[in-house]
Amino acid sequence: MKHTMVALVEDRPGVLNRVASLFRRRGFNIDSLAVGTTEEAGISRMTIVVEDEGAGGIVDQVQRQLYKLIDVVRVEQLTSAEAVMRELALVKVRCTTEQRHALLDLVGIFRAHVVDVSPTTVVVEIVAAEERLSAFIANVEPYGVLELVRTGRIAMLRGERTTAQHPPVGEAEPDEVQRFHHESGRRPEGDLPYVSD
Amino acid sequence: MSQAQNGQRMSGADIVLESLKRIGVNVVFGYPGGVVLPLYDRFPAHPEVRHILVRHEQGGGHAADGYARAAGRLGCALATSGPGATNLVTAITNAMMDSVPTLFVTGNVARNLLGKDGFQEADITGITTPIVKHNYLVMRAEDLAYTFSEAAYIATTGRPGPVHIDIPKDVFQEETAFVWPERVVIRGYDPSPQPGPAQIARAAAIIDAAERPIIIAGHGVILSGASAELRAFAEKTGTPVLNTLLGLGSIPTDHALAYGLLGMHGSYEANHAASTADVVIGIGNRMDDRALGRFADFNPTAQVVHIDIDPAEHGKNITTVAPIVGDAKLALAALTAAVAQRTHVPWIRWIDDLRAEHAHSMAIPSGPELSVQQVVSRISAVNADDTVIVTGVGQHQMWAAQHMRFTHPHQLITSGGLGTMGFEVPAALGAQVARPDAAVWSICGDGGFQMTLQELATMVDEQLPVKMAIMNNGYLGMVRQWQELFYKDNYVSVAMSQPDFVKLAEAYGIMGLRVTGPEQVDDAIRAANAHPGPVILDFQVQAEGNVWPMVPAGAALRETVEAPREQQEVAR
Ligand SMILES: Cc1ncc(C[n+]2csc(CCOP(=O)(O)OP(=O)(O)O)c2C)c(N)n1
Ligand SMILES: [Mg+2]
Repeated sequence: MKHTMVALVEDRPGVLNRVASLFRRRGFNIDSLAVGTTEEAGISRMTIVVEDEGAGGIVDQVQRQLYKLIDVVRVEQLTSAEAVMRELALVKVRCTTEQRHALLDLVGIFRAHVVDVSPTTVVVEIVAAEERLSAFIANVEPYGVLELVRTGRIAMLRGERTTAQHPPVGEAEPDEVQRFHHESGRRPEGDLPYVSD
Repeated sequence: MSQAQNGQRMSGADIVLESLKRIGVNVVFGYPGGVVLPLYDRFPAHPEVRHILVRHEQGGGHAADGYARAAGRLGCALATSGPGATNLVTAITNAMMDSVPTLFVTGNVARNLLGKDGFQEADITGITTPIVKHNYLVMRAEDLAYTFSEAAYIATTGRPGPVHIDIPKDVFQEETAFVWPERVVIRGYDPSPQPGPAQIARAAAIIDAAERPIIIAGHGVILSGASAELRAFAEKTGTPVLNTLLGLGSIPTDHALAYGLLGMHGSYEANHAASTADVVIGIGNRMDDRALGRFADFNPTAQVVHIDIDPAEHGKNITTVAPIVGDAKLALAALTAAVAQRTHVPWIRWIDDLRAEHAHSMAIPSGPELSVQQVVSRISAVNADDTVIVTGVGQHQMWAAQHMRFTHPHQLITSGGLGTMGFEVPAALGAQVARPDAAVWSICGDGGFQMTLQELATMVDEQLPVKMAIMNNGYLGMVRQWQELFYKDNYVSVAMSQPDFVKLAEAYGIMGLRVTGPEQVDDAIRAANAHPGPVILDFQVQAEGNVWPMVPAGAALRETVEAPREQQEVAR
């Protein structure tokens, strides 16, 4: 089963290495990893998609180990039910002027865009959930895919909830920091998620 | 003592030394080299920071580790770039596996040379990332003071561990204003020790309903200074206490509720009590395979309560119904207040009966040959209670754990998680620096001793009166035992020819004693204690003794095997 983890991390040298290292150590293959800045200066957001092949619970343990990294501020696992998940791809397709019409039809159906045209090629940009994106690629395959790049999944909770309730940099009082960690599930009260079974 | 003013201009090297003072490091175990020369140049100007020149960086690292464990405070080692830094790797990993608060400082090539494979460059922060609690490559002198204060905070709080700071040569030379931070706030780090009341209440209810409870007390009890709380909790709930290897000393060996070591070489009764209990209360331990045996069959019906400050340890290896995230001292105090007073007379009688029936399995050999069991139990008997015991890794370590008396926390210093042979000599050195007035006895393997014996010279230089008792069995004994039991006596590369350890001692200007028979043991121990300097005792012990009982690797605790031989041939 594929898991989507979102990690908010301090934007510091080496942080990507530290996070990736935890997965490497367990022999996990990372399906995709997208990193970028956030609404908050100094905080980067990583969206990590991993396949959990063995018994469940391994990803939960990795989540707790991620928390042990000093530079990791918050980690959350998102499911497609509660979050919007998207991926962007650029596809360079072999396409003569005669074929262009038919291809544009496909582009329209998949709500993609053509972002570059040459006499022999077309570059299509598509933003979609993974399955639709894969379906599009399968459909343009007969034309000849010359080049493909995908950003990897990014995800965001629907509605009011966010994965970003951290206090502003430098102003956090220890008490607030503590409360924040309780609220974020890092040091939970009561049961879960430290109960394993 | 001179204190630098905030805002005072100084070099990076001076900031490092000033910062070390501020975080309470007054001993550094180090070894110089090109890129750290600017730092060494400034040591004389900071006499509050004592530099001890070791003979190998691994020795310096283990010495810092032994120092930290004996003193219960931050230990510090220093090395140059490249080979100096890579020589620290084993020691750093050792401190990580055993959660020892340590600070490792390395120099690196100048900033403009980083990443170019210049002379003696190693990507040491890349190397240490998976073996430290945290690390830093400090690229500006103005970041040094903050980095050191943050590093000390991280190393000593929460679950303690090693922190590594790498400093390019020209950062030591750069001049800037010294600014000591008022406090450290790290968004992604919450070491708050207070356990939540709901977790305490849940655990208390389980403990109150227990009929056959057992405590497994680990290193966390010692790290958090929770020995008194452990006793109070065990006494109030009438619960017997087992120890992991690193937990020995958290409750005195002779306490009525103390049942000693569990695990691969734990006692028969300890292992069976752990697998028969209806409630298992782990305290500051990590439910390791060496302590619990095969996880699936450890004790499938027990309800597990687990106190640990590291949330990632909860439920890692066994199902845990009542995790308590917090410091062992605070958690035990809260838990003791919450539980009912109980006794468990039938349960304890059951364990005592097992102990009596199986006493033979840990009996000390009485033959004419000298045995390690005899020697270590005499070292315990002859020495004062507060003697610090350091060990190497192997049979002698297990026999020390089984047969020595531990009455104080911080008394036993041994490499548990990593199992590092060669730990025994430098860690004892560090422990003696931390506890100059205590007797420090190192129980050494003849194999392990030869891995780091270069530190004898450091002991001589620093006049450290460590007593090193070499258990000379002529073998890599623990490996030989496995070859005997699990590889049909096929001894491959385990017999060692030895130097003359007494002559070796003399070569270093150290007192050397050879002990060949049981009747000489006490006299030799006393003679060593009477000598004001370091002593090497060459105990010529039986070559092929085996450590019993034993839980073969991958077996369950309830499959604990006792001698004799025929029963030992469990296929593996
Ligand atoms: C650095 C290192 N290398 C190898 C091992 C594997 N090993 C574990 S115990 C042991 C034998 C130890 O021999 P010795 O120090 O003589 O102690 P003994 O078992 O004979 O008491 C070995 C080789 C280890 N633990 N550490
Ligand atoms: Mg040996």
